[in-house]
Amino acid sequence: MSTAIEARGLHKSYGDKVVLAGIDLTVAEGTIFSLLGPNGAGKTTAVQILSTLITADAGAIRVAGHDLAAEPDAVRAAIGVTGQFSAVDGLLTGRENLIMMADLGHLGRRAARTRADELLEQFDLVEAGGKLAMTYSGGMKRRLDLAMTLVGSPRIIFLDEPTTGLDPRSRHNMWTTIRALVATGVTVFLTTQYLEEADQLADQIAVLDHGQLVAEGTPEQLKRLVPGGHVLLRFNSPEEFTLAGQVLTAGVPNPEALTLQVPNDGSVLALRDLLTRIEDSSLEVGELTVHTPDLDDVFFAVTGQPTHEKALSA
Amino acid sequence: MSTASYPVADTATMLRRNLRHALRYPALSLGAVGMPIIMLLLFGLIFGDTFSAGLGGGADGFAYLDFLTPGLLLMAIASGTMSPAIGAAMDMTEGIVARFRTMAIFRPAVLTGHVLGNVVLTTISLAVVVGFAVLIGFRPNASVVDWLLAAGLLIAVTIALTWFAIALGLISKTAEGASNIVLPISFVLPFLSNTFLPLDAMPSGVRWFAEYQPFTPIIDTLRHLLIGTPVKDGSGLQAIGWCVAITVVGYFWAQKSYNKGTAA
Repeated sequence: MSTAIEARGLHKSYGDKVVLAGIDLTVAEGTIFSLLGPNGAGKTTAVQILSTLITADAGAIRVAGHDLAAEPDAVRAAIGVTGQFSAVDGLLTGRENLIMMADLGHLGRRAARTRADELLEQFDLVEAGGKLAMTYSGGMKRRLDLAMTLVGSPRIIFLDEPTTGLDPRSRHNMWTTIRALVATGVTVFLTTQYLEEADQLADQIAVLDHGQLVAEGTPEQLKRLVPGGHVLLRFNSPEEFTLAGQVLTAGVPNPEALTLQVPNDGSVLALRDLLTRIEDSSLEVGELTVHTPDLDDVFFAVTGQPTHEKALSA
Repeated sequence: MSTASYPVADTATMLRRNLRHALRYPALSLGAVGMPIIMLLLFGLIFGDTFSAGLGGGADGFAYLDFLTPGLLLMAIASGTMSPAIGAAMDMTEGIVARFRTMAIFRPAVLTGHVLGNVVLTTISLAVVVGFAVLIGFRPNASVVDWLLAAGLLIAVTIALTWFAIALGLISKTAEGASNIVLPISFVLPFLSNTFLPLDAMPSGVRWFAEYQPFTPIIDTLRHLLIGTPVKDGSGLQAIGWCVAITVVGYFWAQKSYNKGTAA
C-alpha cells in the first residue's frame, strides 16, 4: 500500500509556545487516520500545516507524493479540507457555493452544474440549495462545507473535528458519509476529541498531547492501553466486601469505601458473566456501576495525567 | 509549480462571487452615491448661487455646480471603497479564505475579484451621480475624447483606492474595524481637497494639506477635462502618478497580508 501523507519531525511554535514538538505521521492511502487529542493539543495546527494553510517551522512533509514545501499547488490540487469552522460563503446559496467550487476546479460550465446538483442530492440539500447559506442550520452548513470539499473529487481529505457541535443524528450521518468516502478509495485525515469517533471510523489512531504524539496504533491496540473499563461494586457490609474480594480476585478493593473495582469491558457477555458469579456466590451488592473507557482514560493511560479539559462524549 | 494555473478563469469566478454579493446587498454596494447626491443638492442647488458669487463666478465665471461635480465624482469613488474593505475583512474572519488558500487557484484572484467587482459597482455609482448632476443643471462641455480620458482617470482612481482600501481591510480584524480604518479615504480626503473651493479660497493650514494630497491634482485634471477650467502644468501627470503609486502600494500590501504565513 502506498503512502498518502508522510511527515517527519513536524515542528511549529508561536513565540515561546510550542504547538507541535516534532511529530512523525504516516497515513496509508485509502485509510482513515485519526488524530485524537483534547482542545489545544495541536490537532488543528497539524491539519493547517499538512493542508498548506500555514508553514511548519521544521519538518519534511510529503502529501499525495509531492513535497509540500516545494510544490504546494500540486498538494492543493490533490486535497480537500473541511475546517473546524464552516468555510461556506454565507451570501451565496448552497448551489452557488458548489458551482463556485466547481468553477475554481475548472470543471467546465455544464459539468459544474451537474456536479453541484449531484452533491446537493447526496447531502440532502436539494430543497435548501436555492437558499442563502447564512440561513442554514449548523448541521446543514457542515454538510454543505463537506460537499464543497468534495466538488473536485480530492484523493486526500482533511476533516478537522467534523462532528464537534453536531447533534447525535447529524453525527451518525457524518460518520456514514465518511465511511462511504473511504469506500471509494479516498484517504481521510480526521481530527477528533472523541475516542468513540476515532474508534468508529479510524484504521489508525495517533494520540496528540501538548504537541507530542503519546500513543499510536489501531483502535484495538489503543484500547488495550486503557485500564479504565471496569465495573464498580459497592457493598453494604464489611463481611460482604471481604467475601467479594475472595470470589472476584481480579478486583481492586477499597476497604474504606467498601468498593471493589473489577476489570470489565462493559459488554453484555462480560456483564452476564460477572452477574452469574455474583449470584453463584450469593453476594449482596449494594450498587453496581459500569465504567467504559473514554478519552480521559486513554490520556491517563498514555500520559499519566488526565486531560485538562474533560472531553465531552456524546 | 507543477499544476497549471488559470488566472483569468479564477479571477472571473471571484468577480462573479463579488457581484452576487453586491446583488444581495444593494444598499451597501450602491450606498456610495448617497453622500455625493446630498452634496449636489445642498451645495449645488441650495447654496450654489451664493458660492458662485463669493468665488467671483456667477454670470461671467463658472457655474458652481459645474465646479463642484468633478470633485463629487471622486467622493463617490472614495465612499465606494468602504464596501470592498468590509468584504475583504469579512472574508478573512470567516472560514472561506482558509478554504481558498488550500485550493490550487490563482492566488491573487480572490482580492482581484474584490477590486474588479468594486470597479463595476463604482462605474454604476458614477453614472448615477453624473446623471443626477446633469438633471439638476450640470453642463459639461467635454468632447468625446475628454469624456473617455475622464472615464479612464476615474477608473484608474477607483482601482488605486480600492486596492488600498482592501489592504486596510485585511489588516483590520473585523468588519467594523474595516469600516473605520477606511474613513480617511472615504471621508477626510474628499473633504480636505479642492472639491468645494479652489485652493486660493482656503485657510492656509487646510490649503497646505489640500495642495499636496492626491485628490487635488486628480480633481483639477477632471475639471479641466469636463468643464475646461485652466489647469496647472503637470496636474495630469501628477494625477496618473498618484494612481500608479497608490495601486502599487495597495496591491503588494494587500497580497502580502493575504498570503501571510501560508506556503507560497
